[in-house]
Amino acid sequence: MVEKKVVVNHKVGLHARPASVFVQTAAKFSSDITVSCEDRNANAKSILTVLTLGAHKGAEITIAAAGEDAEAAVNALVELVENNFGEIE
Amino acid sequence: MKTIEGISASYGYAIGPAFVYKRAELVIDSCIIEDPEAELTRLAGAVETARQQLDKVYEKALQESGKEHAEIFRAQTMMLDDPELMGKVKKLVEEEKQNVESALSETVENYAGIMEALDDEYLSARALDIRDVGSRVLRILLGVAESPTEGLLTPSIIIAKDLTPSDTILLDKTYVLGFCTSKGGATSHTAILARSLGLPAVVGAGKKVRKVKNGTSLIVDGDSGIVIVKPDEITLADYLLRQETFVKVKGVAAKVAHEPAITTDGYQVEVVANIGSADGIRSALDSGAEGVGLLRSEFLYLERNSLPSEEEQYKSYKTIADAFGKMPVILRSLDVGGDKDIPYIDLPLEDNPFLGVRAIRLCLSRPQLFKPQLRAALRAGYGNNLKLMFPMVATVDEVLKTRELLEECRVELRLEGKDIAEEMEIGIMIEIPAAAIMADQLADVVDFFSIGTNDLSQYTLAADRTNAAVAKIAAGFQPAVFRLIKQVIEAAHAKGKWVGLCGEMAGELLAIPILLGLGLDEFSMNPPAIPYAKLLIRSISMEKARQVAAQALNQTSSDAIRALIQEQVPEVNLG
Repeated sequence: MVEKKVVVNHKVGLHARPASVFVQTAAKFSSDITVSCEDRNANAKSILTVLTLGAHKGAEITIAAAGEDAEAAVNALVELVENNFGEIE
Repeated sequence: MKTIEGISASYGYAIGPAFVYKRAELVIDSCIIEDPEAELTRLAGAVETARQQLDKVYEKALQESGKEHAEIFRAQTMMLDDPELMGKVKKLVEEEKQNVESALSETVENYAGIMEALDDEYLSARALDIRDVGSRVLRILLGVAESPTEGLLTPSIIIAKDLTPSDTILLDKTYVLGFCTSKGGATSHTAILARSLGLPAVVGAGKKVRKVKNGTSLIVDGDSGIVIVKPDEITLADYLLRQETFVKVKGVAAKVAHEPAITTDGYQVEVVANIGSADGIRSALDSGAEGVGLLRSEFLYLERNSLPSEEEQYKSYKTIADAFGKMPVILRSLDVGGDKDIPYIDLPLEDNPFLGVRAIRLCLSRPQLFKPQLRAALRAGYGNNLKLMFPMVATVDEVLKTRELLEECRVELRLEGKDIAEEMEIGIMIEIPAAAIMADQLADVVDFFSIGTNDLSQYTLAADRTNAAVAKIAAGFQPAVFRLIKQVIEAAHAKGKWVGLCGEMAGELLAIPILLGLGLDEFSMNPPAIPYAKLLIRSISMEKARQVAAQALNQTSSDAIRALIQEQVPEVNLG
């Protein structure tokens, strides 16, 4: 089990396009990945649960993975969030 | 003939038969199945078909209405692949032995419900997307045809409750003349689609729309936000003419919309918009408005159970005034009377509310109602070009009392340390004949006038414009009203004050040459009329306008004035 925390700085939070990119990235890994915000959990590969997480700008999220490529998965997702989902603001 | 009022979502006029857009009701039977595996194979097949359909729909949307709209379908494909959604459906099939249709519909409703409950506009729209994608898979499973528009074989006006993204993309646009929906607002999918296609649309027109039958003759007036069911011959002829003009000069008018309104001999006037709330900002700016000549404040007061707070008013006014930057925005204080039902104001029951305690009279008699609005306006005007105007003024005394109250608010706000507009222009509406007659004295106590021709006509002609039997008398181009307008403009100019006009007349092509010739400084109208008004003003000379204005004042009737303008100023037909 690998786990890391990261703060969402994108202006719309983990919503709309950032949420789509996040889910698409998670789907590339075979591990089970969860993302949580406060006391809510979501399946990182499920757009519906990620959207209802309510992770707004400034929220700290925890990304956890279990499986063969767990470490790579968590690192990739943390990097994505840190790089503002590949957008320049 | 019947007129239904709705919200203008996209401009222009559509005339044609109704096509009632009804989704085939998906009947979902719930039953216990024996072979879950076979059931899941059916689901996988349907999902695959749905994916292919969505890919095609995406391509179509990309071509027809651009990337932003198309992205909706990419997001829908992701929902189709959602492991949680599909996991729940599989669980219901495998463990509860539910048939796949009921399992899917139950799960989709569940997620849509969660999203709606979060009270977030973005997520509510996604709830519509989940249902849209769910229905797509269900239709495939049930073998229901995708398009409810199979019967749409002649150009028609689409009547619907509201349209989903899939609906809007499926429509064969070559057969669509316009839209009318019972639900939805100016930002609904239908509204966005209609604007991107340049087709007229009226949305949120209520239940009456649902009674319209297939093939009924209709007019959708996207400028006024009304739908006319079974129009009579005169109305139809009138709209055919308007439509012809609209189509003919649409392109030319749009080109000059953002140019200044200057006559061929170099006189410039201001062309601004009448708006009723923040919803009007975009259409005003898109239409080329050089500001707002009339911001009605009633929107904040109607359809609610308590007085809007100063803070709420401040925010609303500020949003609108800021959106126009340095351009002027004229806020009109509350303009209601006994004919309106506002439970928390407790308006008196009067035999004749149009001659009773309304507008400024009501406000002056209730400072607790008026002061929050004045304070909100003073605060909202900080850092922009907000002006304040008072309706239904009849005497100089009323203006002085209002100014006193305004000064009181200023002193209070300064003591509270609030930022306020220190030099806000104050004006009055000229809509009571007494005010027009006393314009020279009123000009001493205000910065500007705005003539309200609708009321000025009804009070001058003593003809109730809501009484069909006499409304025509007040609706016309009465020489008496033009004479009053002339008097008002001359009195104001003599004192160095400017005059605007925010009644319907300002946007009427036949009236524009006369008003221009009388020296009107500012024309305020519904946004759709702006490009046409500018086109006309740019095609005539002030010399000609002055000449016809002088002649118009000497005509004996409304009809004679119309005939005169048609004959003397052929430019009113816009080429």
